[in-house]
Amino acid sequence: MAEAGDGSGRGRARTATFVDLAEGIAALVHDGDTVALEGFTHLIPVAAGQEIIRQRRRDLELVRMTPDIVYDQMVGAGCARKLVFSWGGNPGVGSLHRLRDAVEHDWPAPLELDEHSHAGMANRYAAGAAGLPFAVLRGYAGTDLVRHTRTLAPITCPFTGERLTAVAALRPDVTIIHAQRADRAGNVQMWGITGVQKEAVFAARRSLVTVEEVVDELDQRPGAVVLPSWVITAVAVVPGGARPSYAHGYYDRDNAYYQQWDAISRDRERFTAWLAEHVYAARPATAASGGPPRGRTGGGRR
Amino acid sequence: MTATPARAATKWRPEEMMTVAAARALAGHTTCFVGIGAPSTAANLARRLHAPDLVLVYESGTIGARPRTLPLSIGDGELAETADAVVSVPEVFNYWLQAGRIHVGFLGAAQLDRYANINTTLIGEDYRRPAVRLPGAGGAPEIAASCREVFLMVRHSRRTFVEKVDFITSVGYGDGPGARERLGLRGRGPVLVVTDLGVLEPDPHTCELTLTRIHPGVDLADVRAATGWDLAVAEPLEVTEPPTTEELDLLRSLTQPGDTEGGAT
Repeated sequence: MAEAGDGSGRGRARTATFVDLAEGIAALVHDGDTVALEGFTHLIPVAAGQEIIRQRRRDLELVRMTPDIVYDQMVGAGCARKLVFSWGGNPGVGSLHRLRDAVEHDWPAPLELDEHSHAGMANRYAAGAAGLPFAVLRGYAGTDLVRHTRTLAPITCPFTGERLTAVAALRPDVTIIHAQRADRAGNVQMWGITGVQKEAVFAARRSLVTVEEVVDELDQRPGAVVLPSWVITAVAVVPGGARPSYAHGYYDRDNAYYQQWDAISRDRERFTAWLAEHVYAARPATAASGGPPRGRTGGGRR
Repeated sequence: MTATPARAATKWRPEEMMTVAAARALAGHTTCFVGIGAPSTAANLARRLHAPDLVLVYESGTIGARPRTLPLSIGDGELAETADAVVSVPEVFNYWLQAGRIHVGFLGAAQLDRYANINTTLIGEDYRRPAVRLPGAGGAPEIAASCREVFLMVRHSRRTFVEKVDFITSVGYGDGPGARERLGLRGRGPVLVVTDLGVLEPDPHTCELTLTRIHPGVDLADVRAATGWDLAVAEPLEVTEPPTTEELDLLRSLTQPGDTEGGAT
């Protein structure tokens, strides 16, 4: 699989390759990589995260504004060396207990933190997407984050003299997102809350998009974000790949799962048993192999 | 909205008084950046009671959301479906919040000190090895810095109202008068702290949080006992109007048991 196209090569721009999920993770996510799986409550690439666990990737630098339960699972499974984040909780429920165990007790391994605010993380992705080394914002002044986070620094505006904060660009080796659908050329479309996914894809060297379905034509949707095929490395068709989060127009958030995760994740043994049964013993989520699925037509569901 | 005179309820839970008092404070405000959990409940109650045009902004990029049910997370589909506009996360923080377009920021806290500095990061002495690791900053630092005013909703206890926060996640009044100006923070900072026991406001000269109202049925001694510093009390100390039956009925129709808890922002 080729590196992400940046459109600068001669001849025809390369386009995204259709892969199955296991193949895509094997090709694009390597031990030691910086990996961002983005999604702001909506469209979280959970199936892809669990495939990373299944393939036993190690020493990852995991990046995410809002690490939630799939990051809790990855941290608990020992995939991560470092977490770059701005809010690590179980939304509406409470703590991420595997994340807490890693930070408070080094279990299953020590976890280094690179901690920011949401505004800082969003701007770090935007800088990465724009090919800049840093972004500037009004933020962090007076907070204790200044004392602990090395990827931010004060900066003086060369025009006004105002003191601002610079945050280092994020450049993941690979960004993984989930979207509603792709067309047969691998152009991707997503709508509803689209968070920071566009910036995260543009900031990354490689990208994998899991989608609910492939359609013949991407008809217009209000507020939709379209990522042309040639800025994406690979597309995998994974229906339900965002569960237990939701895919606007396809399925709702499984709030009960988030509540149940609290009890599963509190206890190391129970978590380990859950991991064995629901991740290692499970078959990889897959719907397509070796090319776009055939025989499916139409404009998708609302 | 009913035009009949409000009837005072006779029984309510302290958390309900807190939510009602916080919702009332939003009267007359136009835009509110809403943290999830208790602030979201209060803001949605306000929109149904006396502030129908209040624009709710959630950090997921949903601008002008009118959720028909209370959202469990800041990115629920209900927020996107009912919003005037859904924008990206970089946009909501840069164009809407940082540019000073939002009047009230509405936040919670795990710890709060006398200068209304907020901790949502950790409990303990050592950043590398905290006793309790909390979720972290989320949108709060910039909400606290850039909204024109900040309201806080915090349960009153010695665990939360501490002499010194273990970590300053979001700045209130820093180390006292002049700190916000020195730091270049553009908003006024926390102007109101609503708890389950009363209401605190910063003293205009010292910036120290001062108890200005006590909820009906609460003893001042209990408020002092639940505060981890020598609490300043306004003279005269006002008593909060009890919840009306309309306020309580609406609040109870909104909430399911237990869901006013929830995470930070």
